[in-house]
Amino acid sequence: MSTTGDVRLPRAARTKAASSHPILSLVGRRLALGVLTLFLVSVVIFFATQVLPGNAAYAVLGQHATPERVAELEKQLHLDEPVYVQYWDWISGLFQGNLGNSFSNGDPVSELVGPRIANSAVLVLLAGAIGTFIGVGLGMLAARRRDGILDNILSVIALAVTALPEFVVAIGLVMLFASLALHILPGTSFIPPGVSPWANPSLLVLPVATLVIVIVPYIFRMMRGAMIEALESDYVEMAKLKGVSRRRVMLVHALPNSIAPTIQVIGLNLLYLAGGIVVVEYVFAYPGLGAGLVDAVSSRDIPTIQFITLVLAAFYVFMNILTDVVALLASPRRRLPRA
Amino acid sequence: MSSAIKQARRSNGGARPQAKLRRHEWLAVLRAAARSRRGMIGLGIAGFVVGVAVIGPFVAPYPATEFVTSAFAPPSKDAWLGGDILGRDVLSRTLEGGWLLLIISAAATALGVAFGALAGITAAYYKGWRDGLIMRVVDIILAFPAIVFALLLVSVAGPKLWLVVVAVAATHAPQVARVMRAAALDICEKDFVKASEIIRMPPRKIIRRDILPNLVTPLMVETGLRMTWSIVIIAGLSFIGFGLQPPAPNWGLMLNENRIGLVSNPWSVVVPALLIALLTVGLNTFTDAVARVSIGVERPVGEEPFLEERLIGRTLDSADV
Repeated sequence: MSTTGDVRLPRAARTKAASSHPILSLVGRRLALGVLTLFLVSVVIFFATQVLPGNAAYAVLGQHATPERVAELEKQLHLDEPVYVQYWDWISGLFQGNLGNSFSNGDPVSELVGPRIANSAVLVLLAGAIGTFIGVGLGMLAARRRDGILDNILSVIALAVTALPEFVVAIGLVMLFASLALHILPGTSFIPPGVSPWANPSLLVLPVATLVIVIVPYIFRMMRGAMIEALESDYVEMAKLKGVSRRRVMLVHALPNSIAPTIQVIGLNLLYLAGGIVVVEYVFAYPGLGAGLVDAVSSRDIPTIQFITLVLAAFYVFMNILTDVVALLASPRRRLPRA
Repeated sequence: MSSAIKQARRSNGGARPQAKLRRHEWLAVLRAAARSRRGMIGLGIAGFVVGVAVIGPFVAPYPATEFVTSAFAPPSKDAWLGGDILGRDVLSRTLEGGWLLLIISAAATALGVAFGALAGITAAYYKGWRDGLIMRVVDIILAFPAIVFALLLVSVAGPKLWLVVVAVAATHAPQVARVMRAAALDICEKDFVKASEIIRMPPRKIIRRDILPNLVTPLMVETGLRMTWSIVIIAGLSFIGFGLQPPAPNWGLMLNENRIGLVSNPWSVVVPALLIALLTVGLNTFTDAVARVSIGVERPVGEEPFLEERLIGRTLDSADV
């Protein structure tokens, strides 16, 4: 998807695209592509879980089920119908809010998953916001004195933390704050059904802290790089020469110009969180989508697996589009069509 | 333009256009990386853990599944690191619990990198419908967070070893494909490729003789990143119960089994956690050193996060749609 797209359009389409706002047409194109991707993603999910031979029925009954039982259940689950009919039933059910019933306890999937979406959203948004704030702040601090002591220390820590798996970070935090060293925070974050995650904010601290620690290094390194570049530019030199204060140069001149490339990385980190919640929620027994997926996979609860993976993929796809558009809006140079 | 393209330009730039001269450049890069301070530290740390994993099984005092002491017994003369949740020897399980993790991770990495590189280079060289098709598939797999995609595949047939390898490889391939495509697009425009085309060299031969040798360095960096990521995902899958299966020990599983006994016998958790952490951090540090050497230490500041973009799997070039 490079610049060739515009060149190859037939003349009529080209003039039409040129007449509408470039950003709008871009957003439209990305959205259309996103919907297409999501459709194909749903097909992949459906095939992986339901169509591969015998899966759903064997999943429910176990590998040693008798053929008669399997045939009976396949009929019950409409597995004996043609594949496209099954897919249509599933996808049209999704649009009508009918997600099927959980295999493990028979409750509607929507009731099971709905509150989990809200719980996970709290985690992701909190971690995203705090991580961005810390990452951008540390990046600016390090860039202030390039190759200074602080810069070196922060960069080495960032390099190391980048490669740490979430579950190691999580267990490290539990050791530090919830069991071995200190006892100031709860080591598990179970929230009973129907209770808001905000009801007991101390439960949120460790899961959010884990996710923050995992994403900050990326944001830090991007921000540091962009900030150093901005600080070496002519307009910052100019501002310094006319006597603008250091703080003002950083915040008003350099920051806005270095935030655009960082937005991409922030977006990528929010995307990353969609996967990161799986392990982190599991560690802390936090009732979100990630822990729900692990539960569903271990009990082979296919309708729940299908729905949760689809929700996470949808988040991924649309977050991607949002990131690109915001990054585009934040950097005026990119808004103009290329020559 | 992505930094990968720029990077490819720099390391494969016009100054050294002949493929043959560059055949062993990757060895030189590796050697230089191993001699840099960063590389030495990374290699040392990762090497230590690999050593533990490889030599461990031969020196373990007990069989990994034998009940030696009581549950979460503190360290004693018989069991230096105490007992685990079932009273098995933590030291023996730790020594036994690395090699399979390493082999599976290496297999998943090799498979993913090979497929990804093939797909990326094919897309870059042939362009047209092949490019469109391959990049569409890449987009679809990238729409799943890696661990979710692996879980989806594992949910079907249960956690079997080969399936874990395939699932993790499948999450790597699209990322590798993107990077390799970006790098190869540049090489495909070079004169020596055009020259080979003019003398009607078959496309496969062009890819093998002209293009691939010029991509070895980025491929190496990518392999290092993918290996780190493989370990993170496979240990993580084992941690949540869908990777390598009990009762055979592995570090990810040990963390999960023993964390309820954190207070009685911290060693049962601290030691495997430390080994995983050292392994991934060491590998990543070494990979960083390789990347630095291969593009020259003095890379422009704007390109600093080259590694990070790759680690989380998206390039920054999506804004130039």
